[in-house]
Amino acid sequence: MPFGQGRSGGRGRGGDKKDKDKQQGQRRPMFRRRKVCKFCADKIDDINYKDVKLLGPFVPERGKILPRRISGTCAMHQRKLQTAIKRARQIALIPYVTD
Amino acid sequence: MSDRQYELVYILPPETTEQQAADQHEQIAGIVSRMNGTIEKTENWGRRKLAYEIGHFKEGVYVLEVINGSGELMKEVDRRLKVIDEVVRHLIVRVDEEKKVVERTRTKRQSESERRRVKRGLPPQRQPGEGRSMETDDIDDDRFEGMEA
Repeated sequence: MPFGQGRSGGRGRGGDKKDKDKQQGQRRPMFRRRKVCKFCADKIDDINYKDVKLLGPFVPERGKILPRRISGTCAMHQRKLQTAIKRARQIALIPYVTD
Repeated sequence: MSDRQYELVYILPPETTEQQAADQHEQIAGIVSRMNGTIEKTENWGRRKLAYEIGHFKEGVYVLEVINGSGELMKEVDRRLKVIDEVVRHLIVRVDEEKKVVERTRTKRQSESERRRVKRGLPPQRQPGEGRSMETDDIDDDRFEGMEA
C-alpha cells in the first residue's frame, strides 16, 4: 500500500479502516494481468502517422483514441501516439468518427 | 540554416492520371528548386480509400514528398497547395528534429545494451538463438478486453 504510508499523519480520516477493508475486498477477486506498453516492449522508437497498421489497434471502431488505462501504453508513447493519430486523421488515413 | 526536413503528403482526386500526378509533382519541384530546396524522395502510394469523405471524394491518390528546405519555402508550398484545386488535401510535417531524437534513442539503447552485456562478460552483440525468443504476439491480442465502444 504505497499511499497509506505517505498519509500516516492524516489522522482526521475516520473511515480509514473501513476504506482499507473495502479496497482489499475489491482488489482480490479482480486479478488483471499486468499491462505493458507495446512500444516499449517492441522497442518501437518512431510512431509515425503514415503507419496505419501500427496505429490501427489504438483506434477502436468508434474512431476514438484508445485510453492509456485500457491499452497500457506508457505516458510518453501515448503522447506520441496521440499526435500520430491526429496527423493521420488530417489526411484521411484514420477516421475522426465512425458510427 | 535551411537544413530542415519536411514531409509533405497530398491527396489528388481518384481519377488523376499518372501524367497529371507528374505535372503536380513538377509544379512543386519548381517551387522547391526556385527557393533553394531539394526534394529528397517522392513516393506515390497510389489510390487509397479515404477514411472519410472529403467533398464528394471517397478515394484519393496519395503522394508523399520529403523536402529539404527552409520554413519560407514550405510556407510558399503550403500557400500554393491551398490555391490549387486539384489537391484535395495536404499535410506538411517537420521531421528532422523527430528523426534526430529517434536516432539518438536508438543508438543510446544499443550502446547501453552493449555496455551491460560486456559487463556480464558476454560479447557485445546478441548471438543467434540466445535468450528468450520474441513471442510477443499473443500478448497483444487480449489486452483490449475491457474496452468500450
